[in-house]
Amino acid sequence: MLYVDKYRPKALEQFELHSDVAQNLQKLVVNGDCPHTLFYGPAGAGKKTLILALLREIYGAGVEKLKVECKPWKIQLPSRVLELEFTTVSSAYHVEMNPSDVGNNDRYVVQEIIKEMAKSRPIGADGQQGFKVLVLNEVDRLSKEAQHSLRRTMEKYSAACRLVLACNNVSKVIEPVRSRCLCIRVAAPSVDSIAQQLQHVAGREKLCLPPALAQRLAAGCDRNLRRALLSLEACRVQQYPFREDQQVAEPDWELYIKEIAADVLGEQSPKRLFQVRGKLYELLVNCIPPEVVLRKLALALMPKLDDELRHSTAEDAAFYEHRLQEGSKAIFHLEAFLARFMSNYKQYIINLGF
Amino acid sequence: MSHMHQPWTEKYRPRQISDVAHQEEVVQTLQHALGSGNLPHLLFYGPPGTGKTTSALAIVRQLFGPELCKTRVLELNASDERGIAVVRDKIKTFAANAVGPAVPGYPCPPFKVIILDEADSMTGDAQNALRRTMETYSRVTRFVFICNYVSRIIEPLASRCAKFRFKPLQGAVINDRTRHICGAEGVELGEGALETLSQVSGGDMRKAITTLQSAVRLRGSPVLPATLLDVSGTVPASAVQGLLAAARTGQFSAIQEAVTGLIADGYPAQEMLLQLQSVLLAESGTSDAAKGKILGQLAEADKNLVDGSDEFLQLLGTASYAQRVLMGRA
Repeated sequence: MLYVDKYRPKALEQFELHSDVAQNLQKLVVNGDCPHTLFYGPAGAGKKTLILALLREIYGAGVEKLKVECKPWKIQLPSRVLELEFTTVSSAYHVEMNPSDVGNNDRYVVQEIIKEMAKSRPIGADGQQGFKVLVLNEVDRLSKEAQHSLRRTMEKYSAACRLVLACNNVSKVIEPVRSRCLCIRVAAPSVDSIAQQLQHVAGREKLCLPPALAQRLAAGCDRNLRRALLSLEACRVQQYPFREDQQVAEPDWELYIKEIAADVLGEQSPKRLFQVRGKLYELLVNCIPPEVVLRKLALALMPKLDDELRHSTAEDAAFYEHRLQEGSKAIFHLEAFLARFMSNYKQYIINLGF
Repeated sequence: MSHMHQPWTEKYRPRQISDVAHQEEVVQTLQHALGSGNLPHLLFYGPPGTGKTTSALAIVRQLFGPELCKTRVLELNASDERGIAVVRDKIKTFAANAVGPAVPGYPCPPFKVIILDEADSMTGDAQNALRRTMETYSRVTRFVFICNYVSRIIEPLASRCAKFRFKPLQGAVINDRTRHICGAEGVELGEGALETLSQVSGGDMRKAITTLQSAVRLRGSPVLPATLLDVSGTVPASAVQGLLAAARTGQFSAIQEAVTGLIADGYPAQEMLLQLQSVLLAESGTSDAAKGKILGQLAEADKNLVDGSDEFLQLLGTASYAQRVLMGRA
């Protein structure tokens, strides 16, 4: 079992990070009930862990009996019958799904599941009908239509089901949905507390982790605890006992992006642009999301630049990333960004008089 | 049990048209319609949380009473399929039905009501298909359209309706209602909580009530202003000031650090932009021309965010532009 799963806090009272949020959640479900909630925060901050613990708080350990189901659905639309197959993770009390799995049909799927839930309500300890919870991950990737269709559904079926939503980018969730939820911000843990958690996990694994290495692991993970724990485990596999100056393996796609940045800084010409295109394609076919590529690329270029160029690079990155979201082919916009950068960079060098 | 856990927005939804707060003209006209038992086609528009759906539901309830409501009223909203096929079949069939007998105790005028909530999300085709239906069956059917943006309703439909604009609620009205709910729920309000609540809500009653209920659920009574701010997702003033101060240093690394921190803390970028705007407007040390430029950029970034752009890059781009403006380099 990975450390990430092994040492994931299960109950709300076990939380060390976000203990304030966990305490609040405990108060929230004091009567065995909870409102619709929306957890938002960066990746690896602990949203999912909090959600699972919240479910456990409401229903007890029964929610941990999960079954993964991939079943075909037939959804009757006014004009046609929609047949599709998608996967849900569910227990007797909750259903969890990733709307992005079903693409454009997400709105029908979400409604269908909610209606299904309303039909089969679990019976609570007091013998009364309770409610089920629908956990929707990545709501920011839910289409606008599906979000609109959630609006009234959330009110109409509020007796039978509660929604727990999780997302990274809360700006992509429409205001009417946000205003119907209790929004809970999950901040990424600070570097120090990540280092502390690493020590804690190492202690329970009976490993001796030098503080300097812990600090370096924590600093290199973008405040993402999951990533820190995974790199700790990778280091453990690499060599044990740990050395203070041990190398921390970076994900290879990040190294690859740094390589691209170095290429671009090394030479600014159409030929180089062509070479770089091949590398960008390589990243895209390996399913690195284009916006992540653009962000990391911009950040990788920054350290080598003057403030003047940093400003233009930051603004161009914002501009082309927006274009990328609007457009259909990511490669155009990534390349356009790099071409623009090359042009700016060359201009700047020429002006300096080299 | 379900009653106990009802959201307060549902629990305290006005049941009578006369209870709808702050929309005097609308209430007056609708009261009159109630008295005479006649109703034109209606179009309600206005920002969220101002009582549009509430008014529509209240008036049909008062016209027909709870029992007859089930057969006389068809409520469709964005969560129902509303393409052109539905307009042709479901709405037309319902509109063409003859009306049944009246029940005693209510006006029960001889027509049915179709409420189309969130009508601005209907396609143009579907709206066009309604035009003739509205006229053909106007003897036995009235339509109520509810939307946020009246400009998204096609003109031919809008011109067939009596239009009512719902105003954003004023602080005093929200305060009144909040006090009423607090009294009924036995919740105490801390000092300054009322003001914070009306400020946070921005004229949206639903937001005010949801925020209040969340705060009570999280921390219990008395409700303190800090809790309300926390629950509503407002970015603390210190964070916004920090970003502005970083921009003033003239160092790019300062804003990069500030933005990275803000995103890692999970603050919503849109909220940041909004508060940056109010801080900037209140500022006295910056020239009007510079303010204008930055505000323009804020609007741009906000649109990009709505289009689904990356929060980090947008915020960084905006901060970078603001820095250039403040340094006099743009």
